Amino acid sequence: MKKIIKLLGVLIFLTGFVIFLLALREQRFTLMPHVVESVIVNPYHKQLIKSVDYEMLEEQYESSEAFVNRLERLFRDVKIVEGLNTKNTSSEIQKNGAPLSEYDINQYIFELTLASQLGGIIVESSWWLRMTFGLMMLGALLYIFTGLYESPESNNAGVWQQSFQNRGLFGLLTGSFLIGFYIVLYWFPLYITSWIHLADPLSRSLNGNNAGQWFLYGAMYTLAILVMGTRMLIRYRHDRYQIFRTISVMFFQTAFAFIIPEILSSLNKPRFDFKDMWPLKYDFFFEWNLNTLLQSGHIGVFMLVWGIVLFLVAVPVFTWFFGKRWYCSWVCGCGALAETAGDPFRQLSNKKLFAWRIERYLIYAILIFVIVMTLLVLYTFFTGSANIGPLNSYDVRKWYGFLIGSVFAGVIGVGFYPLMGNRVWCRFGCPLAAYMGIIQKFRSRFRITVNGDQCISCGNCSAYCEMGIDVRAYAQNGQDVVRASCVGCGICVAVCPRGVLSLENASEDISQRGNIKRTIKLNLDDI
Amino acid sequence: MHIAIIGNGISGTTAARFLRKYSHHRITMISAESEYFFARTGMMYAFMGHLRFSDLLPYENWFWKKNKIDLVFDHVTRIDVLEKRLYLKRSPEISYDKLIIATGSKVNMPDIPGTSLHGVTGFYHKGDLENITNLHRSISNAVIIGGGLIGIELAEMFHSKNIPVTMVVRDAGYWRNTLPYEESEMVGSLIKKQGIKLLLNTEVREIQGNAEGKVKSVVLTDDNVIECDFVGIATGVLPQISLLNDTGIATEKGILVDEYLQTNNPDIFAAGDCAQIRSPDSGRKSIEPVWYTGRIMGELVANNICRNPVKYKPGIWFNSAKFFGMEYQVYGFVPNKKSTEYDNVFWQHPDTQKSVRIMYEQSTEKVVGFGLMGIRYRHEVCEKWILEETQLSTVLADLSLANFDPEFFRQYEPLVLEQYFQQTGKKILPAKAKNLNAVIKFLKNVKR
Repeated sequence: MKKIIKLLGVLIFLTGFVIFLLALREQRFTLMPHVVESVIVNPYHKQLIKSVDYEMLEEQYESSEAFVNRLERLFRDVKIVEGLNTKNTSSEIQKNGAPLSEYDINQYIFELTLASQLGGIIVESSWWLRMTFGLMMLGALLYIFTGLYESPESNNAGVWQQSFQNRGLFGLLTGSFLIGFYIVLYWFPLYITSWIHLADPLSRSLNGNNAGQWFLYGAMYTLAILVMGTRMLIRYRHDRYQIFRTISVMFFQTAFAFIIPEILSSLNKPRFDFKDMWPLKYDFFFEWNLNTLLQSGHIGVFMLVWGIVLFLVAVPVFTWFFGKRWYCSWVCGCGALAETAGDPFRQLSNKKLFAWRIERYLIYAILIFVIVMTLLVLYTFFTGSANIGPLNSYDVRKWYGFLIGSVFAGVIGVGFYPLMGNRVWCRFGCPLAAYMGIIQKFRSRFRITVNGDQCISCGNCSAYCEMGIDVRAYAQNGQDVVRASCVGCGICVAVCPRGVLSLENASEDISQRGNIKRTIKLNLDDI
Repeated sequence: MHIAIIGNGISGTTAARFLRKYSHHRITMISAESEYFFARTGMMYAFMGHLRFSDLLPYENWFWKKNKIDLVFDHVTRIDVLEKRLYLKRSPEISYDKLIIATGSKVNMPDIPGTSLHGVTGFYHKGDLENITNLHRSISNAVIIGGGLIGIELAEMFHSKNIPVTMVVRDAGYWRNTLPYEESEMVGSLIKKQGIKLLLNTEVREIQGNAEGKVKSVVLTDDNVIECDFVGIATGVLPQISLLNDTGIATEKGILVDEYLQTNNPDIFAAGDCAQIRSPDSGRKSIEPVWYTGRIMGELVANNICRNPVKYKPGIWFNSAKFFGMEYQVYGFVPNKKSTEYDNVFWQHPDTQKSVRIMYEQSTEKVVGFGLMGIRYRHEVCEKWILEETQLSTVLADLSLANFDPEFFRQYEPLVLEQYFQQTGKKILPAKAKNLNAVIKFLKNVKR
């Protein structure tokens, strides 16, 4: 019976997934005058586009590629017209706003394409939503609920003996899909307009507007956390630490990261995630963000102060009390995805010493990178000058955004779940984790306590540590674990077959945490 | 000085690590079982797929070279104690100045017909793991002989692969020669709940094979026959000492050693499962084939070879296990039978998955031992209470000092006190719930 339900779940999930892929074939585009009106609002740009002859209006295109090509040609014409105009009436530009930049053009092309899509996916959007995300969620939940008929002790049985969780074929396929998805989402969203429209009904119900690519992403991210969070709740139903922690990340993602920003935006307030903070949110001090907040009245100023207080006060205080886990595995959005959707892959993190070496160089290098970048950005904000010596603050932030914000945190951070484990970003990249790690290492009450001499060196704790900490190396010495990287997920405590480990806080011995090696019976000095 | 170690298990490896810490002597560790030290204790998890075999290796492979511990992957065939030389199967002979024998155990095969049939195996060596891993796909029915820790591990392993298991146990309850009645019953009912057949008061008289020499069935002492194609032997282990025949090194069941772990040959020491202490401390056995004692002996033997010798004082007994999902811990003296000298407070959760047993001496009310099922207690706190001969009333009042369950778990200490009240009519008020700060302070106080 259990097997049948599992199989049924897989089939339903795959059906939904196939329909999800097939949705990309829904490609009918027609540019309507009212769409141009609603997308291009800048009066100068509007005037420019009106000055060219765009005969593509109301023509039907059967592929996004053809449609986009046509739009690109249109904007080339617009640029030519602008070039001619500029020679004649450069004063007019100054009156009406900035010239039409490459960025504007790309933005317009994307928005026009998105708004010009026709066909079933637009008309029958809620049917499509049900048949894609609906079926995938139903299938996944059916599969997940069979976990109720499995003992939590067999949670990890067979993990290394199947393909999905052991970098086998299914694992590699999943990883490839995720990597591809992030690349398309970040750099080629034009080709997934059908997917973006899938989220329209959801978006309309939350904020009245149709979805954009980031709404789709936020919705998928939240659904993944809710569905896979349910899996965690079932898997660890015997473990109250895991239950509370999982409910916490599910709550913070759904309320703080997803719903509240949508509500704020529908109230014409800045979209603000009250739990996200610098330096993880690396663009917090970017001038567009500071300007948005400063121009949004009291609530904007409150958000600015809140964001600063979070990393300046809350981080040191809470990390002193509880270790960085208060954020990394209870609140953070990246942590939320890692601890739920990423849980099946936690054993894939590398435990070798050389991985630890790379980790320490890389994560602190990125912390320095984000600090330097932010200082440059603030310098530009206050002085108006972009350059300090050879460094251009716009270039630096562009590279940080591309390399760290998109490639590392997104493509590698999530895409590599099935290849390198679920905390690749948190372990090697996250500057906030690096900052909290320093506090955790030197000024925190937190440690993983080892219970006397009870360790049997079996290796379960190390294997299932998502941060790649060789927990066993400490446990077999009877030495409490004090490590900058530990996010306090508590899985080592749950998988230890001898109950040797516990996450604990105490102020009594902060500077001596982890000094005692309990299994060493003969003191070197007393003989 | 050249120190040779035969065996790379927990005792041999711990000895090698501490020899390196203490000295610059040349160290050679020889094993025929595996190239590198691995945690035997985790073999069941490698079988069930929680871990890969490589995850059982506590040290990365570069560790040995970096610490200048020479590894030899070969079989020692003979020890020449006069020439101080080891002869190996494939490699050239090795001369030593001091020798540590840490050859561990071998499976105690019951004296019944059929134990050499194909499909009969113990579960101790790496080879046993490989054997069972290769066999298990063709096994449709498994019989386990013996009701101890290895027996239940084997049962859990096969159960996880959906292979029907029957456990044949000589005693009247599971691990009854060690566990008190209630704990034994708890594990027994847990075994049955998994759908595993548990035959008590029963022994296997004979293992029968088919024409190909494979296991076909077992015949029980009650004449019943169970069809099976696998028989797991879990009737305990014996010291592995066959290498010592005709060497003049004194042996009995194990290699006889004094309190410095020295054999009757001053250059030869023994540690771990293979060692038999001539006069063990009271309450301790002469042979204790347990991971933890192996580790303590390894450290001591390293010390005694290159520093001022120290007597073997294993301290308060402790052990732990896991029976399916149920964790078991014992500290100090928790006998399997009732006696007039000792009494206990015993609390059991109604779901029979948790229990606390606190043993004390009846005449003095000194606490002597703790037995836990499904609840974790702190090793150091329990040890300190026992060492300091703490009164039962003090222990009960401070009981939450010992609790080591994870955060947010329910605390059962008040129920233990309630149980004590019902047992004795004495009311003890629990001290305020204890946090780690209190534990650290308690452990710092040498004597309160």
